[in-house]
Amino acid sequence: MKPKKVSRREFLAASATAAAAAGAGAIGTTPAFSRDVHGGDKDPWLPHQADAPHPLQAPDYKFFTPEEAAFIEAATERLIPDDAVGPGAKACGVALFIDHQLAGAYGRAQGWYMQGPWSKGEETQGYQSRLTPSALYRAAIKAIEDHVASSHSATPFAGLAPDEQDAIISDLEKGKLDLGGVDAKTFFKMLWLNTKEGMFSDPIYGGNKDMAGWKMLGFPGARYNYLDWVDRHGQRYDQPPVGIRGRPEWNGEG
Amino acid sequence: MVHKLPSVDVVLVGFGWTGAIMAQELTEEGLEVLALERGSWRDTGTDFAPSFIQDELRYRYHGHLFEETAQETLTFRNTPDQTALPMRRLGSFLPGTGVGGSILHWNGQAWRFLPYDFQIRSQTVARYGNAAVSQDMMLQDWGITYDELEPYYMRWEELCGIAGQAGNVNGQKQPGGNPFEGPRSKPYPTPPMKQTYGPTLFGQAAASLGLHPFPCPSGNMSQAYTNPLGVTLAPCTYCGFCEKFGCGNYSKASAQTTILPVLMRKKNFTVRTESEVTRVNVDAFGKHATGVTYVDAQGNEFEQPADLVIVCAYATHNVHLLMSSGIGKIYDPSTGQGTLGKNYCYQLTPSVDLFFDDKLLNPFVGAGALGVIVDDWNGDNFDHTSLGFIHGGYIAGYMTTGRPIETELLPEGTPKWGAKWKKAFVENYLKSMSVSLMGAVMPDKSNHLDLDPTYRDVYGRPLMRMTYDFKQNELKMQDFAMGKMVEIAHAMKPREIKKSARGPRYDIEPYQSTHNTGGAIMGASPADSVINRYLQHWDVPNLFVVGASAFPHNSGYNPTGTVSALALWAADAIRRQYLKHPGPLVHA
Ligand SMILES: Cc1cc2nc3c(=O)[nH]c(=O)nc-3n(C[C@H](O)[C@H](O)[C@H](O)COP(=O)(O)OP(=O)(O)OC[C@H]3O[C@@H](n4cnc5c(N)ncnc54)[C@H](O)[C@@H]3O)c2cc1C
Ligand code: SF4
Repeated sequence: MKPKKVSRREFLAASATAAAAAGAGAIGTTPAFSRDVHGGDKDPWLPHQADAPHPLQAPDYKFFTPEEAAFIEAATERLIPDDAVGPGAKACGVALFIDHQLAGAYGRAQGWYMQGPWSKGEETQGYQSRLTPSALYRAAIKAIEDHVASSHSATPFAGLAPDEQDAIISDLEKGKLDLGGVDAKTFFKMLWLNTKEGMFSDPIYGGNKDMAGWKMLGFPGARYNYLDWVDRHGQRYDQPPVGIRGRPEWNGEG
Repeated sequence: MVHKLPSVDVVLVGFGWTGAIMAQELTEEGLEVLALERGSWRDTGTDFAPSFIQDELRYRYHGHLFEETAQETLTFRNTPDQTALPMRRLGSFLPGTGVGGSILHWNGQAWRFLPYDFQIRSQTVARYGNAAVSQDMMLQDWGITYDELEPYYMRWEELCGIAGQAGNVNGQKQPGGNPFEGPRSKPYPTPPMKQTYGPTLFGQAAASLGLHPFPCPSGNMSQAYTNPLGVTLAPCTYCGFCEKFGCGNYSKASAQTTILPVLMRKKNFTVRTESEVTRVNVDAFGKHATGVTYVDAQGNEFEQPADLVIVCAYATHNVHLLMSSGIGKIYDPSTGQGTLGKNYCYQLTPSVDLFFDDKLLNPFVGAGALGVIVDDWNGDNFDHTSLGFIHGGYIAGYMTTGRPIETELLPEGTPKWGAKWKKAFVENYLKSMSVSLMGAVMPDKSNHLDLDPTYRDVYGRPLMRMTYDFKQNELKMQDFAMGKMVEIAHAMKPREIKKSARGPRYDIEPYQSTHNTGGAIMGASPADSVINRYLQHWDVPNLFVVGASAFPHNSGYNPTGTVSALALWAADAIRRQYLKHPGPLVHA
């Protein structure tokens, strides 16, 4: 086998340079939605193309109805309550965080394989709900409120005493509550993970307010360089946390 | 309508880690190489800059660098009597997409396999007799030896600047290294990483028990390093956002930090991104690959002819692509017929968590391959007589991260949520760590890959179906290793420990490792393997299949060292032998 004499690269050169800049290229005479990066060309990036994250814009609810928001605020506060150890889910903005997640790509199950047929499957087979996270929350909250209404006077979940709320959450966790089309365990798992995400993810997403979740643990956040600390075995790290945006006082906010 | 494009010398399916290796090697021969990559272009400054990469939600939990199941997934079941269901979200393993592939967000734990691994069947039988290999265990030799592969292991370590302490250089034992490793021709190119407190305690405890601790060989740089291609990597800063994240410091060996700066200057190389290969095309006799068919981001279909086709799309994808292309016979466990899809293996990763009262371990000071290891219970490094299992794994005291959503070590009996959970988490966060096993998995008759009868992908092709469970060999090995891990853990003198075993059933949801192996395995005969010792397809000599899909079993180490050495070895065979005489490199 010998290398080709006529280079394909030369054949295509003209159309492809324009293509890289435009994002959609041309291969031969065929319009193509792919991109050629040829050896020897410049890096295929234009300025300002860094894949930066999308922070939460405005601190108000976009997905939950007021009733749903009340449910989530109450439930997450039972999962991570405010106490002497540190702030709880409410103080950290967990419900707002979850709301914005559900309003976005995560809520739509973007990028997930969502084709049928649908079946519950074994415990070892992972997420099998037909519902997207946003649909799952909506359906589960409604089913839980219906359950509360039929078994606990007329108050919504948020109005119940903490130990009554705990009992309901515990039933969800164990899969004891029948939520109609929604698997209680699946909902619990999702709510619990999203709650922890809201407590401990970078504050740009609306949770972990004032980095309170990180401070409580002693996690320094997005610092990225601990070379000075590799040898300091057993010493307490003495620097405050920083987020992706730095610290509030660096941005004139604190 | 399919658009037919002008032919190239070599087409690569996938431009991840082994794609970069193959492109670098084959362009050196002056060949026109085109890589087709389904994802997008990725680079340090734009895609994993330290101004935003340390984002646990976006990268770990939303999988921003991982493949999406909507594009490629598989169905899964534990045993053939169950109905497989699609993996709708990634969990147990997290392959990448885009230029650089999975190695972009790997840990950097950079291992060689043992000499034993390559001749596992013959050596096991020689030492323990035929009875040591059960009927269902499809154990086979690899058709290559450690000594043949050694120069290529060395090349990969030098390419990547692996930091480590040698234990055996040309048969001479070296203090502080792994005394069980196969003989190396040279020491590691860079000195080992400095250890933080947790791994140091692990090493001291292991030594006190008479074991042989040594630092994990690491693809996180212990110092600045310039590789043989002239590309320089920077020292690792122990940022703690390593596994599942790209490195913003140019400190983690990857395609971007070792090969691309050189490869991307070569005029005989092109990578075409947003191009997903849907099949490898063969001629009417099924003996010659004519090229590949791929689909761009808009769904336009193209036929790309090539003289040589190299599939390097990651282990599971390699197998799926061969199946979708109708190349080779799919294995059927009920008859034992067929070779494609057999010997699918994984890894077994139990751990013991340790909780200290008095020791601040600062888990956030971490790196993907930071840790101390003992290899005393791996491979055939110890006598297995009457243990009821073969092989083993390395035991590690790693300290890779303290990212707070993922790093949740809690003492036995802690409730899962609520005030008590919170108290336990906060009290133990800075003072806990894990000791873990990288357990080997032996091939089993019923663990295999084939095509799903029900579920389809966006192109209407059947998804691949994975049938996999932990078997007796692994579960017995886990019990044995758990005993050893507990001993080491106690010697570290924590307040308390907690055992976290895997299984008994394999669960596809929690992350375990992206160490899927087998399915298109190498071997000495087409009767029991898909590719020959040069990773060349037995039926289609101008088709090579590169990746961990080639492993006939999975050893007690991370795979990429062996994946890389095999890729370099195959590239060498193409350069030195195949190009001169295109055709089978081994005659069946
Ligand atoms: C979180 C994590 C941690 C890891 N840690 C370690 C470790 O510490 N040590 C270790 O040894 N290994 C580790 N690994 C494994 C390591 O990343 C892989 O072994 C290595 O990347 C395999 O290289 P590859 O070329 O086979 O696949 P990849 O690097 O994944 O490249 C495959 C490429 O093919 C592309 N592709 C797939 N299908 C198609 C198609 N149909 N058409 C076009 N393109 C396609 C993909 O998008 C991808 O870019 C880790 C992996 C992960 C995910
Ligand atoms: S731990 Fe080191 S190698 Fe890993 S991402 Fe951070 S700086 Fe890079």
